[in-house]
Amino acid sequence: TSAVMAVVFRRGLPPPLSGRLRAGQQAPLRSVAAAAPLYDVVVSGGGMVGCAMAAVLGHDIHFHDKKIALLEAGPRKECDQMPDSYSNRVSSISSGSATFLSSFGAWDHVCSLRLKTFRRMQVWDSCSEAMISFEKDDLDDIGYIVENDVIMSALTKQLDAVADQVEVFYRSRAVKYTWPLPSHNCDTSPWVQIVLADGRRLQTKLLIGADGHNSLVRREAEIKNIEHWYDQSAVVATLHLSEATDNNTAWQRFLPTGPIALLPLSNTASSLVWSTSHEHASELLAMDEESFVDSINSAFWSNANHSDFIDTAGTMFRSAISLLKPSGTAVRQLPPSIAKVDPESRAMFPLGMGHATEYVQHRVALIGDAAHRVHPLAGQGVNLGFGDIACLAHHLSAAAFNGRDLGSLKHLLKFETERQRHNVSLIAATDVLKRLYSTRVAPLVLLRTWGLQATNALLPVKVRI
Amino acid sequence: LFRLTVKRLFSASRSSVDSTEMKKFQLLAHKWWDEEGEYSALHSMNDIRVPFIRDTLLSMRSNYHLGSPLSGVKILDVGCGGGLLSEPLGRLGASVTGIDPLEDNIRTADQHKSFDPVLAKRIQYKSSSLEQIVEECIETFDVIVASEVVEHVADLEMFIKCCSQVLKPEGSLFITTINKTQLSYVLGIVVAEKIMGIVPEGTHQWEKFVPPEELGRLLESNGFSVKTVNGMLFNPLSGSWSWMESTSVNYAMHAVKSGAQGQSSPTDAVSETESKLPSATAGTAM
Repeated sequence: TSAVMAVVFRRGLPPPLSGRLRAGQQAPLRSVAAAAPLYDVVVSGGGMVGCAMAAVLGHDIHFHDKKIALLEAGPRKECDQMPDSYSNRVSSISSGSATFLSSFGAWDHVCSLRLKTFRRMQVWDSCSEAMISFEKDDLDDIGYIVENDVIMSALTKQLDAVADQVEVFYRSRAVKYTWPLPSHNCDTSPWVQIVLADGRRLQTKLLIGADGHNSLVRREAEIKNIEHWYDQSAVVATLHLSEATDNNTAWQRFLPTGPIALLPLSNTASSLVWSTSHEHASELLAMDEESFVDSINSAFWSNANHSDFIDTAGTMFRSAISLLKPSGTAVRQLPPSIAKVDPESRAMFPLGMGHATEYVQHRVALIGDAAHRVHPLAGQGVNLGFGDIACLAHHLSAAAFNGRDLGSLKHLLKFETERQRHNVSLIAATDVLKRLYSTRVAPLVLLRTWGLQATNALLPVKVRI
Repeated sequence: LFRLTVKRLFSASRSSVDSTEMKKFQLLAHKWWDEEGEYSALHSMNDIRVPFIRDTLLSMRSNYHLGSPLSGVKILDVGCGGGLLSEPLGRLGASVTGIDPLEDNIRTADQHKSFDPVLAKRIQYKSSSLEQIVEECIETFDVIVASEVVEHVADLEMFIKCCSQVLKPEGSLFITTINKTQLSYVLGIVVAEKIMGIVPEGTHQWEKFVPPEELGRLLESNGFSVKTVNGMLFNPLSGSWSWMESTSVNYAMHAVKSGAQGQSSPTDAVSETESKLPSATAGTAM
């Protein structure tokens, strides 16, 4: 009985490491592996998330004696000066992300290049009068609109500052990963083996996959990914306003075809992110500049999608709210009108959603889009990635200070639990919102109208968002 | 929990090693590094014993670098087994010598560290008992760690005397072991071995458990000054260890060898150590 009990209890003991240990793949022979340089951590993918991960670890005091490598397929981008015109790829950076970036000195560089603070956000429907606006009473900023190139430049600078700890391999694409067996014997190497396109090899105790939504790390680790493509593409462009204004509000309107957003870049310029059907997106790219500008203005200002029924229902609900909570209704402001678009700044890319069922395995962790991909309507994509980094870096730092093997599942699972708990609800909510707002059908419009109005009236909910 | 010492066939001199203990561990020599296997509780014990050793030593040093907190410290890991504790200490920068009488354990430990060039340099393993290295290692080490060992040794007083000989003056000795109480019989033997199989059956004999009072007395009468005693608790559901007030089952002890003049360390070192440890029921319990 004691033997049976022992088996029962051992299986019941958390953590459930046994399910995560990969079987099957060939482990590398020790003799072959021995020649390749060994790193403590290799980050695969040099985008915003990969660079930030490598930089944070490089600046961590408990990683002072460790060797870190960053693999990036593209060339190094030098940017001490930004070009006069704005790039069409921008990100909405939350204040949490700004705090994270300043923790290793990158935010200062961003501020010295350029960014735009926004203090107000207005989100409204095209099928009704319902709207929600976010505003902080104190002078706190809600967020910042920063060009992706600016963030990359700041991160590259911070990587240069810790060149002793972090070795960056540019023009180096990883083509093959070989995983260690969970309990190795003396013939096989316990480390992850990486082969680059030019034949060079590396070994590492922990591989961090930051290689985007089509992650090779995730695919080779055979981690199942739940994904689908929305039948939408995003059109981006840099726009010039008709007249200069404070421009400290981010605008988003839900059209039946998808949300259109105007993100402030300066007093005279804003960035466009318009999610719409593939055909409409192609049309928008093909049309001449004047028609393009007209489409944008019309999308923000036209009331063609209103129906009397919805309007009346919305008005009734709003009166009800103003009885219960007088401060809960706000005046809808109008976004600035657009005068012209930067030539060459129009582009489009398809949108999808994805979530990896596991973020970690023995000696592997996924962060950023490799782990989760979301629709831009919530402006959360890169903020989730930075949140992943902050959490993983915290656990790795503690592990290093305890002398632990960095690739051990024990602390990697803690990272996964924390982040999945945080990310899944947000990704699901974003997906639901996207679907809810893609319709003209009256009951659903009414539902979201009332929901939006109610949410606008409830301050605690808004603060949480 | 389980370390062991074996009597060499050719050794006729008194030994702290117990021959019968050895056979129990021979079979398990290759299982050390399976984190979910027979030694899983020892793996998770690292989560409290490594910080305990690290923080105690840091509180006694004035210049150190948080990137390599134990750099420059020479540690002897007695009864190192497969190297479960030697490796984290090596990663923190220490120069570690691990000794264990069972050759198979040393082989496992050597093989495991060989893949990491940094650890391979910082850690040296030797198949040996403590007495056998005394002559060539007089006052060599800054720190001795004897974790889950003393409940397996044949002659505890001689073991402590040998520790004193190889330790530098004012060097630290860290011991973790099991108390000899009714509770430790119930939890440590009946539950842990017979019911839940946390520890392989027959690993421990309650008669050889050491109460902290007796251990402290032996230490104090052999030139040591006991600085800290902390109770430890294993939670079988979560598989993790934590500190607790009571030393009735497992406990950890930190003692310091007297200085060259034979005087004990000043009292301010004691209070410093006390305040730095989590939930420490510190004190010279004797």
